[in-house]
Amino acid sequence: MGRMLSALSDRSRELGPARLAEQDGNWRSGMDEDYVYWLVLDCPGKSVNTIGRDVLTELSRHIDHIVDQKPAAVVIRSGKPAGFAAGADINQFKDASTGDIRGMLKEGHLVLDRLADLNCKTIAIVHGHCLGGGLELALACDMRIAVSDATLGFPEVMLGLHPGLGGTYRSTMIADPVEAMTMMLTGKSMRAKKAKSIGLVDAVVEERHVASAVTAALRGELGSKSGGIKSQAFGFKPARSLAARQMRKKTAEKAPKSTYPAPYKLIDLWEEHGGSPRSMQEAELQSFAELIESETSRNLVRVFFLREKMRGLRTGKSGVKHVHVIGAGAMGGEIAAWAAKQGFRVTLGDVALKPMGKAIKSAARMLEKVLKDPIKVRDALDRLMPDVDNLGVSRADIVIEAVPEKLDLKRRIYADVEPRLKEGAILATNTSALPLPDLAEGLADPSRFVGLHFFNPVSRMQLIEIVSHDKVSDETRDMATNFAVELSRLPAPVASAPGFLVNRALLPYMAEALIMVDEGIPKERIDARAEAFGMPMGPVELNDQVGLDVALDVATSLRERLGGSFPETPAWLRQMVEKGQLGRKSGEGLYEYDEKSKPKKRPVDALKDDSKDDPNLTDRLILPMLNAIVASMREGVITDEEIIDGAMIFGTGFAPFRGGPLHYARKRGVDDIVAKLDALKEKHGARFTPDAGWDLLRN
Amino acid sequence: MPKSVFIVDGARTPFIKARGKPGPFTPVDLAVQCGRPLLMRQSFPETAIDLVILGCVNVVADEMNPARVASLRLGISEETPAFTVQINCGSGMQSIDTAFRYIERGTADIVMAGGAEALSHSPLVLRRGAVDWFARLNGAKTAGDRLKVMTGLKADYLKPVIGLERGLTDPITDLNMGQTAEILAHLFNISRRDADTYAVESHHRLAKATSEGWLAHEMLSTVARDGSVYDHDDGVRPQSDVRSLGKLKPVFERPYGKVTPGNASQITDGASWVLLASEEAVARYDLKPIARIVDSEWGALDPSIMGLGPVVSSAPILRRQEMAVADVDLWEINEAFAAQVLACVEALDEPDIADGVLKLEGAGGRIARDQLNVDGGAISLGHPVGTSGNRITLHLANAMKRLGKKRGIATECIGGGQGGAMLLEAA
Repeated sequence: MGRMLSALSDRSRELGPARLAEQDGNWRSGMDEDYVYWLVLDCPGKSVNTIGRDVLTELSRHIDHIVDQKPAAVVIRSGKPAGFAAGADINQFKDASTGDIRGMLKEGHLVLDRLADLNCKTIAIVHGHCLGGGLELALACDMRIAVSDATLGFPEVMLGLHPGLGGTYRSTMIADPVEAMTMMLTGKSMRAKKAKSIGLVDAVVEERHVASAVTAALRGELGSKSGGIKSQAFGFKPARSLAARQMRKKTAEKAPKSTYPAPYKLIDLWEEHGGSPRSMQEAELQSFAELIESETSRNLVRVFFLREKMRGLRTGKSGVKHVHVIGAGAMGGEIAAWAAKQGFRVTLGDVALKPMGKAIKSAARMLEKVLKDPIKVRDALDRLMPDVDNLGVSRADIVIEAVPEKLDLKRRIYADVEPRLKEGAILATNTSALPLPDLAEGLADPSRFVGLHFFNPVSRMQLIEIVSHDKVSDETRDMATNFAVELSRLPAPVASAPGFLVNRALLPYMAEALIMVDEGIPKERIDARAEAFGMPMGPVELNDQVGLDVALDVATSLRERLGGSFPETPAWLRQMVEKGQLGRKSGEGLYEYDEKSKPKKRPVDALKDDSKDDPNLTDRLILPMLNAIVASMREGVITDEEIIDGAMIFGTGFAPFRGGPLHYARKRGVDDIVAKLDALKEKHGARFTPDAGWDLLRN
Repeated sequence: MPKSVFIVDGARTPFIKARGKPGPFTPVDLAVQCGRPLLMRQSFPETAIDLVILGCVNVVADEMNPARVASLRLGISEETPAFTVQINCGSGMQSIDTAFRYIERGTADIVMAGGAEALSHSPLVLRRGAVDWFARLNGAKTAGDRLKVMTGLKADYLKPVIGLERGLTDPITDLNMGQTAEILAHLFNISRRDADTYAVESHHRLAKATSEGWLAHEMLSTVARDGSVYDHDDGVRPQSDVRSLGKLKPVFERPYGKVTPGNASQITDGASWVLLASEEAVARYDLKPIARIVDSEWGALDPSIMGLGPVVSSAPILRRQEMAVADVDLWEINEAFAAQVLACVEALDEPDIADGVLKLEGAGGRIARDQLNVDGGAISLGHPVGTSGNRITLHLANAMKRLGKKRGIATECIGGGQGGAMLLEAA
C-alpha cells in the first residue's frame, strides 16, 4: 500500500455515530440523525471479535436501551478490519461443565430472540469473516447487508458440533434450506455473492455504499429474500426426508457416523423439526448439549487449541520478505509456490531449467486451485521467479535448501551460499534424513542454520518441523518459527534426530504393514483397519504414495542409525524397487494405479472369508507408532505432549477425533498399552519392546 | 549543463517466433519475465527507480498503458510513475531516448526503459461492414427488426481481418512494409542474391553469438505457466545457406519481387529493458556502466522509402558530433529487411546522397560488414516491433564492451517513414 492510501485507509469503514462513541465493554453505540441506533462490536484487545457470554450479556443491556429509546432502526456491525466475528469464543467451552454450557446457550438464545423480536427494523452489516456465532447473531436481525469481501459460514462441524445459537433453524428458514444445510454440514464458508444467491444475505455492496444501503433498507427498497419459497417447500416432512437421505449418503462418504456424529444429528434435527422454528430451537439446544459432551467434540476442540498453541509459538514478526529456495524438485517447488501464495517474494534456484518448468507448471495448478481469482494467481506467479543464477541468495531473508539428500551436495551448496547471505539472513534445510550437526559442519556461522522440514504436499499439510542442533541461535530458531506461522503453517520445534518426530513415528507403521503383507494379510484389509482407526491413509497405500524406493531408503538409514529394533524390510520390496515398481509415481507398486493415479483396491467385504486376518492388526500398526513417539520424547527430540499431538495430527493426519496419539494413549491407559506391546513382543519379536519412555507418561 | 547518462544494465527475453496462435506471453508478461531477473541482479533497491517507460505498439485490451501494468507487476513502488510510448518500430528506442532526456535534465536518476511486443497476440479485427451490422442489430427494437437485420448478414462479414496485416501496411501510401523494401532494392540495385547472402550471415552470426555465450547476460530464459521453457531465440536457422534461401518465393510482390520470408525480419514476441542512470546514481550504488549515451535523433522521410530512416536519423548526429561514418566503430541497423539494411549502407556511401541530401560534407562512407550487426539481427532473431529499438541499443552497448570499441550507433527504420538513432560511447 502506498503512503496516500494508507493515510486514507482509516476513513473507509462506515460506523455511523458509533465511530466516535466511547467504548463500553465490547460495544460502541450511538444514534444518528435519522434516529438509527448504531451498535458496533469491537472486542477490546483482540484482532477479531468472538461471540462470548459477555458480548451477549452486554447486547442484552443495549436491547433494554433500544426498547426504551424506540429508534427507527438498529444497525449492528463490527469495528474490526478483519471482519464481523469469528464465531463463538471456544475458550469458554474449554473448562466449562455441560451444565454451564447449557445455561450459557439458553441465555444466548434469549438474547438473540429478544433481538429478533424488536419492533424496529434490525440490520446486520457483515464484512470479512462472519462465522459461527457471528453469523447466528447476524441471522437474528431482520436483514443482512454483506460487504463484498465478506465470507460467511458455520465451521462448527469441524469441532464435532453444529450451530447452537439458533443457527440451525434460522439459516434454514431464511435461506435455501438445502444450501444452508450443506453449508453447515461441510463447514465451508461462502463468499458474499453466493450468500446472496441462496438468500442468506439481502444485499451485497461495496464498503463505500454501506450508508446508502442502510438508507435503502430503511425505506424497504432492498430486495426480498429468495430462500422463502424453497423454505416453504421443505415445510413438509416428506420433502425433508427425501433430501435428508441424500445428505446422509453424501456425509457418509466423508465421515463415518461412529466417529463424527455431529452432521448426522444435524440432519436428524432438520428432518424432524424443519417446519417449526420453536421446536427446532428446542431440539437444537438439546442436540448441541449432547454433542458438546461427546468424546469427538472434546477431542476436536482440543485439536483447535493445539493449533492455537502451535501458532502461539511465534515470538513476533520474522521480518522475512524475500525467500530463496534452492532446488526446484517436488518439495522445493511446492515450498516456493506456497511462499509466493502467502505474499512473499520468492526466487527458485536450480541448476537446470527443466525441473523449473515442472515446478512452475505445478505451482500454477496449485495456485489456480487454491486462489481461484485469476488476478491473484497471476500476482502470485509474478512473485515466484525462476532463478537459474541463484541471484536471490544475496537478497533473500531466508534461503531454504531443498536439494536431494546427499551430504556433500548440500555442503557444497552451503559453501557457495553462506558467504553471499545478506546480514541477518538465515539458511534453512528441508532435509528429512540427514543430521543437522553434520550439515552444519563447515559453516562459518552455524548459529544461523536451522531445519525447516515441510510435509508433502505443502499446500495441504500444515506442519513444519523446526529442527534445531547444538549450534543454532535462539534468534534463528525464532525467525524460522515466526516465518512458519507467517506461511500459515504450524511449527513444531524438534531436535535433530533420525526422522525427527513425524517420520520416525510413521516408519514403524509403514514397515509393519509390509511385514503383514508378507504374512499374507490382504493389503486392503490392512489399509481399511488403519483408516477405521482414523488414519487418513492406510499404511500400504502410504508406502506407495511416498514411493517404495524412498520408503526403502529411509527405512534402511533409520535402521542403521536407530539400531536393531527396527523391523527388517522384506526382500521382495527391494526386488520391486529394482524392477521400477515404485508405487503411485510409477503406476504400480503394492497396488496398481488407474489413469487418475487412484489405487485399484478390492472392497474389503469382497475378500475371501478365509483370507488371513489378525485380531491384533490395528494395534500392530498403531502401537509401534506410539512407541516411537514415546521414544522420541524420552530422548528429548520433542517433549511437549500437546505439540507432539499437534505435530502428528497436522503432519500425518493422525485421527483428529482422537485428539492426538498421546491423548489417545493416556485415554486408553499406559499400562494397557505397555501390556499389549509386551504381548506383541512375545509373539512377533523385539520390535514391539515397550520403550522405557512410557514411564514418563505414568505420572 | 546536461548531465551524463549511462546504460548500466539491461536484459531481454528470448525472442519467440509467432506460430499462428497466441504465444505464451502477453506484452506485459514478457516485460515482467525479463524485468524480474534484471532487477534482482541490481545493487539498488526497486524504490530507487524514479520512472518506468515502455515502448509497445500492439497494446492488448487487458493491458492499457502496459508500462504501468508491468511496473506494478514487477513490484516497483505504486508511487513510481510509468508511461508507454509509441512510434511504431522505434518505440523501444523512444523509451530510452525519453529516459535519456529526463536524466540529462536532472529530473530523474534511475529510469527503467523497455520495449515489449507480443505480435502473436495481435487481435483479429472485424470488418467495417460487420461492425455496422452489429450496431444495427443492437439498435433493432422489435423481433421483426432484428430478423430483418439478421438477414442482412453477409458471409464475408465474418471473415476477420488480421490486425497485424493492417498494422504492417502504411496508411498513407497503402504500401505494405515489404513493398517499401522492394522499392529500396530497386532504387539501390540490391540483388536477390545480395539480400539472401546478408540474411544467411545474420543467422550464422546469431548462432555463433549464442553458442559462444555472448548473449548469456543479455538474454534471460523464461518459463511459461504451462511449464515450457524458453531459453533461446527460436527463429534462428544456423543451417540456412544461400541455396536454401534461394528457393523461397517472394511474398509481397510476386513473381519478380526480391523480398522473401527468408530475407525479411521474423514476426516474434519479445521484450527488453535497459536501465539508465545518472552519474550520481552510478556513484551512490556503485553501478558498472556499460556505455554512455552521447546523442540521439529522430528523422523522417517519404513513407514509401521508410527503410532509409536509419540514414536520415544518423546523419544529423554525425554532423552535430563532427564525426564521419568511419569514426563509428560498430553499427546496429535494425534488420527489418535485408534489402533495406543494404540500401542504408549504400546511401551513406554514395556521395550523391551522403553529401547531396544528408549534408555530410565528405564524412559519408561505407560501413564494413564486420562492423554491422555483428551478432545477427531481426532477420535471425525476429522483430517484435516495440522491442527491437531497445534490444539493438542494449546489444550495441554490450557488443562495444565485449569488443573494446569506442563508439557505436544503434538505429532503426520506422514504418510510416521515420528513423531513430542513438550514439553510444564506451563508458
